[in-house]
Amino acid sequence: MNTIISIKDLTKVYDSGFNALKSINLDINKGEILGLLGPNGAGKTTLISTICGIVSPTSGEVTVDGFDIVKDFRKTRSIIGLVPQELTLGSFDTVWGTVRFSRGLFGAKRDDAYLEELLKDLSLFDKKDSEIRMLSGGMKRRVLIAKALSHNPKILFLDEPTAGVDVELRKDLWKIVNVLKSKGVTIILTTHYIEEAEELADRIGVISNGELLLVEKKAHLMETLGKKELVIELKESLAKVPSSLDKHNIEISEDGMHISYTYIVKDEETDMSEVLQEITNSGLHIKDLKIVQSSLEDIFVDLVKEK
Amino acid sequence: MNLMAIKVIYLNEMMRFWNTLFQSVASPVISTALYFVVFGSAIGSRIENIDGISYGLFIVPGLTMLSVLTQSISNASFGIFFPKFTGTIYELLSAPVSYYETLIGYVGAAATKSLILATIILATANLFVDLNIAHPIWMLSFLVLTCVAFSLFGFIIGLWADNFEKLQIIPLLIITPLVFLGGSFYSISMLPPVWQTVTLFNPVLYLVSGFRWSFFEISDVGVGVSLLMVLLFLSICIAIIAWMFKTGYKLKQ
Repeated sequence: MNTIISIKDLTKVYDSGFNALKSINLDINKGEILGLLGPNGAGKTTLISTICGIVSPTSGEVTVDGFDIVKDFRKTRSIIGLVPQELTLGSFDTVWGTVRFSRGLFGAKRDDAYLEELLKDLSLFDKKDSEIRMLSGGMKRRVLIAKALSHNPKILFLDEPTAGVDVELRKDLWKIVNVLKSKGVTIILTTHYIEEAEELADRIGVISNGELLLVEKKAHLMETLGKKELVIELKESLAKVPSSLDKHNIEISEDGMHISYTYIVKDEETDMSEVLQEITNSGLHIKDLKIVQSSLEDIFVDLVKEK
Repeated sequence: MNLMAIKVIYLNEMMRFWNTLFQSVASPVISTALYFVVFGSAIGSRIENIDGISYGLFIVPGLTMLSVLTQSISNASFGIFFPKFTGTIYELLSAPVSYYETLIGYVGAAATKSLILATIILATANLFVDLNIAHPIWMLSFLVLTCVAFSLFGFIIGLWADNFEKLQIIPLLIITPLVFLGGSFYSISMLPPVWQTVTLFNPVLYLVSGFRWSFFEISDVGVGVSLLMVLLFLSICIAIIAWMFKTGYKLKQ
């Protein structure tokens, strides 16, 4: 797959001495959705801001579509759109005025037909003459997306786009992201919401304390790092797990009616038939069983904890 | 060069001027009219002619400069401060726009607004006194240079300020006193010799003097010196802005 953004040894140390990015290396592929996860202050926004030109890198190199972000800033920035985290809009501008301003700022010729279509896609067209201050938070978020897309960018950065928005709008935004992906736009999404990354991203990157802990395909990440839990409901209550099962680290619920066995699918040592056999041999009577898969959130929490 | 970006920044700033046309124009016109009523008619009628010019007429260039200086600074400083304050500056910084294109857009709009205002003030003055301009091209040159130089100065203040208090402090505490003490309402020859010498350190004196010369061919200092001083101020402002842009001062982290 073609790389559209290449980051090599990117470091950012702020004047205060805070080291926000520590030698980040990352390649982002054309047309993919990359989800960047990380706790507050991890460096997600600094990374995005550096690529977009808002923050100056301390050292390292970033290229966008083969061009250096510092030397060839016009070429790189003209194909990037950014939706910031905060609702930063001029209160007295109209929707139409602010979107046209953004398009012009990126050096694109006036194209009212494209902007009308864009506003319709984002359900903003009937608000085009409204002042921004009259819009709801969700509508303002859509205006920010319209501004970011006003010049037809190949790459879109979404910095926590659904922070503080209701479920309905979040789902709407997910639809918009999927439509953009189908049009070939490369999307880099930072989020706190694991389910958002789980829903949208092709690959997941985890940042913590300015370090990129990993970047993996979502499916692969779930497969390799994801744990499964076999939960067994017993016919009779149990006071203690039989000692014959000690080597499997089986846990018992408070009411003694359930035991659970946690395992990693890819782990060579995992042998489910052996575990089930030993449970049966220990005299326990199984009423029901279910398997629970760990979510990205669990994986993320484990990774950050380990770090 | 991203001409389209310069155009939209310029037009966006001008739009703000049109949207607040009443306060943008009415306030300076009313205050100019008040100055004429108070200084020109009421007090001015009791003041002798200065170098053969009636007092009402004499204060026209000074009054115009007073408004041009304060409005240029205010327009340009607010223009760049506001996106910083609201956070919309992210868009300028992430767009394929150089700092100099941003500067041309903002300063161009601020200087245009001041020029429009100066024209309105001169037209208002013409209602009170019989205004004749001896050297219209010089007058226009001084006016344009002053509008641009002080818009650049305003831009510097807008970049430097992190709050509204800082935005107001230099125009209020430095510029206004300098304008009042820079011969806007009097000829420095009317001052005691010591104060004449002190006034020569006030840069505004050179602007007002040169501007007044273009109207009446009378000045406190030579017109060439006035022109040099305006150009010097302009160059200093450009040098400071170039440094601010190079270092990303208060713009980029």
